[in-house]
Amino acid sequence: MSRGGIDIQDPLVEDHLDDRVTEPDRTATGERSTATPDRPAVRSGARARIPGLRLVGWVVVPMALLGLWQAVTAAQVFSPVALPAPGAVWSAGVNLAERGELSGHIAISSQRVLLGFAIGAVLGLLAGAAIGLSRLADTLFAPSIGAFRAVPSLAWVPLLLLWLGIAETSKVTLIAIGAFFPVYTTVAAAFRHVDRDLIEVGRAYGFHGHRLLGRIMMPATMPSIVAGLRLALAQAWLFLVAAELIASSQGLGFLLMESQSNGRTDRLLLAIVLLAVLGKLTDTVIGLVERRLLRKWG
Amino acid sequence: MPSPSAPTTSVASAAAHPVAIRDVAREFALAGGSLPVLRDVDLDIEPGEIVVLLGTSGSGKSTLLRQVCGLDVPSSGHVLIDGTPVRGVDPRCAVAFQEPRLLAWRSLSQNVALGLPRGTDKQDGAARVAELLELVGLAEFGGHRPKQVSGGMAQRAALARALARSPGVLLLDEPFGALDALTRLRMQDLLLDIHAAEPSTVVLVTHDVDEALYLADRIVLLAASPSGPGNTIGSVRTVPGQRPRDRAFDPQIARLRIELLEGLGVPSHHEDDHGPTTTTRNDVHRSTRHRNDDDRTDRPVGPRSSS
Ligand SMILES: Nc1ncnc2c1ncn2[C@@H]1O[C@H](COP(=O)(O)OP(=O)(O)OP(=O)(O)O)[C@@H](O)[C@H]1O
Ligand SMILES: [Mg+2]
Repeated sequence: MSRGGIDIQDPLVEDHLDDRVTEPDRTATGERSTATPDRPAVRSGARARIPGLRLVGWVVVPMALLGLWQAVTAAQVFSPVALPAPGAVWSAGVNLAERGELSGHIAISSQRVLLGFAIGAVLGLLAGAAIGLSRLADTLFAPSIGAFRAVPSLAWVPLLLLWLGIAETSKVTLIAIGAFFPVYTTVAAAFRHVDRDLIEVGRAYGFHGHRLLGRIMMPATMPSIVAGLRLALAQAWLFLVAAELIASSQGLGFLLMESQSNGRTDRLLLAIVLLAVLGKLTDTVIGLVERRLLRKWG
Repeated sequence: MPSPSAPTTSVASAAAHPVAIRDVAREFALAGGSLPVLRDVDLDIEPGEIVVLLGTSGSGKSTLLRQVCGLDVPSSGHVLIDGTPVRGVDPRCAVAFQEPRLLAWRSLSQNVALGLPRGTDKQDGAARVAELLELVGLAEFGGHRPKQVSGGMAQRAALARALARSPGVLLLDEPFGALDALTRLRMQDLLLDIHAAEPSTVVLVTHDVDEALYLADRIVLLAASPSGPGNTIGSVRTVPGQRPRDRAFDPQIARLRIELLEGLGVPSHHEDDHGPTTTTRNDVHRSTRHRNDDDRTDRPVGPRSSS
């Protein structure tokens, strides 16, 4: 959501000031997806920033883990079938890529995650806002939504297969369900608990209806909304694998499944590494968005 | 006193409005019955007058302000501004709340700009905001976020936000409560300067009798009602002398001061202990209030987290 959409009629828009004044607050926040609504992690300047430590975390530690893996396989602690060497996994990847299968798996999985996440997040935002803003909606629908949330995610799978078949729809739907609830829960709670004093300020200065929503309530809930979106994205990857493990003919979950049944541990590990990389990548992207938004609204 | 700092920009200032409070009562519904806070409150305020509300903590001063601007609705009775009844939040009023209540995600100047009347020209608005920030001594802090300034600075920004409205009726709930003694005196003078230049009707709540005596045309004391539970107007005192008043000793004002303190339940035992010469400022709730008198406190001042 763009600032322009909310503050379009503001007499003063001082983006450059925003950037300047929050400079001291830019600490390393890549990992903090658990920022609480009223104290976003970005603001805690107490965490010291040791130069070079980030590099260690992003490069040195992963390399060391890789080295450990290599050492364990070189020492023949496990049989190569149980734990192939990193090089074997790499060549399995190269092999799959050469046969043109790898990009297909990655593309279809990413597409499912992004589509399901987008649908689930939008619906979660709408439902969360409605429940959080309207006491009537809260009273009428919150218990039922809560009951649906209590259903363990995998319990939906047979029903979705029955209703929607094994085509894309059932998988995207499952992922959307997974993304919906974190967004719904955090957004509803955030809107329910917007500081009444701030709402009174808004009313005193002539805002009501959509202006009150846009000027006071949305910004006040922004940190929670972003935190909810981030959780939802992680959940979307989780549900992707669940969906693909059960019924699919392509995708990283399918690769896992297929490799297990023909004993290709190298491909299995390849799929796991790819899931780690893709999940981390999307989380980093949303983390950057989060930081930008919190700098503006936090 | 000359007003060198009086506002000069071209944001239209509304005419001061008369306010009539008619038999206002307010009780709050509580779990175990109701809590009567105000009853039989009846008061006429002249356009351009400065009325100061005095009363002990919990006597209903903030509640009364809310009735005037329509943020809250009386259980019975009504309020008229300029002869028309207040229904809903009244755009002719501007409120500075007891706490700064700045929006954490906006800079101080954006917070002040929130107070500008709807439809203010962009450039006029920006000039007005800059001027107000200058007046309250925050010219260099316009780009800061509320969490980056002290409690007293946030309170001054909140005052500027209310002033930005150029309202017909200005409601100030302990606007100087978080300020150090010196800044407090400066802000009082600032308020009088602005009032002299743009005489809006002002209702100001304070605990500070000296502040009341310095600023007010009339002082309204809230006290327990003789005719039932709840508070009402105990007495209305006209402060002698034209503003700006001398802060120095004045026997007439000193006598009124003692009477007001007694009205608040603070007996004055020694006749000679009055006037600024003895330097004791009488903050009625000095010991019980949690206010910070230090302007440079590091206390974070974002919106109170509602619990
Ligand atoms: N929304 C509310 N619901 C229930 N009771 C309330 C509400 N608002 C105020 N009260 C009660 O009304 C009384 C007066 O409150 P108010 O805030 O007007 O006092 P005050 O004179 O401004 O006090 P202070 O000087 O401490 O600010 C208090 O007893 C308070 O508990
Ligand atoms: Mg009060």
